[in-house]
Amino acid sequence: MPEFEPIVGRYFKMNVAGDDYRIHVEEAGRGTPLVCLHTAGADTRQYRHLMCDPAITNHYRVIAFDLPWHGKSNPPVGWRDREYRLTTDLYVQTIMAFCRAMALERPVVMGCSMGGRVVLHLALKHAIDFRAVIALEGADRVEPYYELDWLHRPDVNGGEVCAAFVSGQVAPQSPDEHRWETLWMYMQSGPGIFKGDLYFYWYDGHFDDRSPKIDTARCPVYLLSGEYDSSCTPERTEATASRIKGSKATVMEGIGHFPMAENPALFRKYILPVLDEIRETVR
Amino acid sequence: MIDRIRDRVNANAGLVRRGQYVSLPFLLGIGEEDYVVTIEKGRVSSVEPRRLATATGRFTIRAAKAVWDEFWKPVPKRNHHDLWAMLAAGIAKIDGDLLPLMQNLQYFKDVLAAPRPPREG
Repeated sequence: MPEFEPIVGRYFKMNVAGDDYRIHVEEAGRGTPLVCLHTAGADTRQYRHLMCDPAITNHYRVIAFDLPWHGKSNPPVGWRDREYRLTTDLYVQTIMAFCRAMALERPVVMGCSMGGRVVLHLALKHAIDFRAVIALEGADRVEPYYELDWLHRPDVNGGEVCAAFVSGQVAPQSPDEHRWETLWMYMQSGPGIFKGDLYFYWYDGHFDDRSPKIDTARCPVYLLSGEYDSSCTPERTEATASRIKGSKATVMEGIGHFPMAENPALFRKYILPVLDEIRETVR
Repeated sequence: MIDRIRDRVNANAGLVRRGQYVSLPFLLGIGEEDYVVTIEKGRVSSVEPRRLATATGRFTIRAAKAVWDEFWKPVPKRNHHDLWAMLAAGIAKIDGDLLPLMQNLQYFKDVLAAPRPPREG
């Protein structure tokens, strides 16, 4: 027999906002549920290193799912005639539907990039349902710096341009093996999906004056951002932390926008103390 | 560093292959100096200072000399490590016909970074 990784993947049907989706979920470990949300235009594979780390899986049941339209989750029937565009409401509804379907009791939720943004919305709207939220590369707002139309048009290869747009979001110190695996996932995304996700990340998902209303006494908030992140910069992370009273922010040196995927060995040094603290202090 | 672009690119067979459909000149602005970088089927055929007003390219990439000097270090500091990071930080500008740049973006990013010495370890 081959030496299997501990990750097990399965599929199930889930309805969100009137649409049925076939969802791909994978998990490893036992203990407190830890739901992991992938970045825009990507999928659950970004968390494969966490799921193979006994220091985490001895204490946490690590669960990641591909959002509808992403990875091995299907788009809805009739997708051909619809333009994919992720809104804050749809994103929050999707995560809540997933947690209900999986019967998870007050999981910790950790998301990266747009996943890091949406966990702040979860902390605001659904504090009681989550043990804690961890925003990787997640600020309450970012500044767009390119036109999204370049990401989906017939005269530019969508997969390659998406990967090339984000390649500079990987830190120069990150190992080539993980850099190019991270970018490979971007090359495999469905047409227009990264663009549709960025509608949430760059526009609809912004907080205006609401982030100070997050109550960290009810739902602890952790912010961890990479030094080399160009969108959720260290400055924006610290500004977000200053607006969310009681949140804890860390800038991860020598890491970019995809910490768990681009440099798993370095990332675990930052995330293990956070997961240990949640386990020891949050009931 | 600019003088290294041609040899470094042309010695990299994988990079030349990825750029096999690229044949055009583009302008690279380093501080006050513009250079015409001419690509033919992925190979850099010439890198020349812009002498004539009519010598131009399909698109232009410009940044201050200090920015490029940092960009070409083995491990550049943040905001200087990648063209798109430089755009996000507002320390580089691109102009002109961006279509061929977007169609071959990773290729052009790697051409720009070609003079960078390998990082140690």
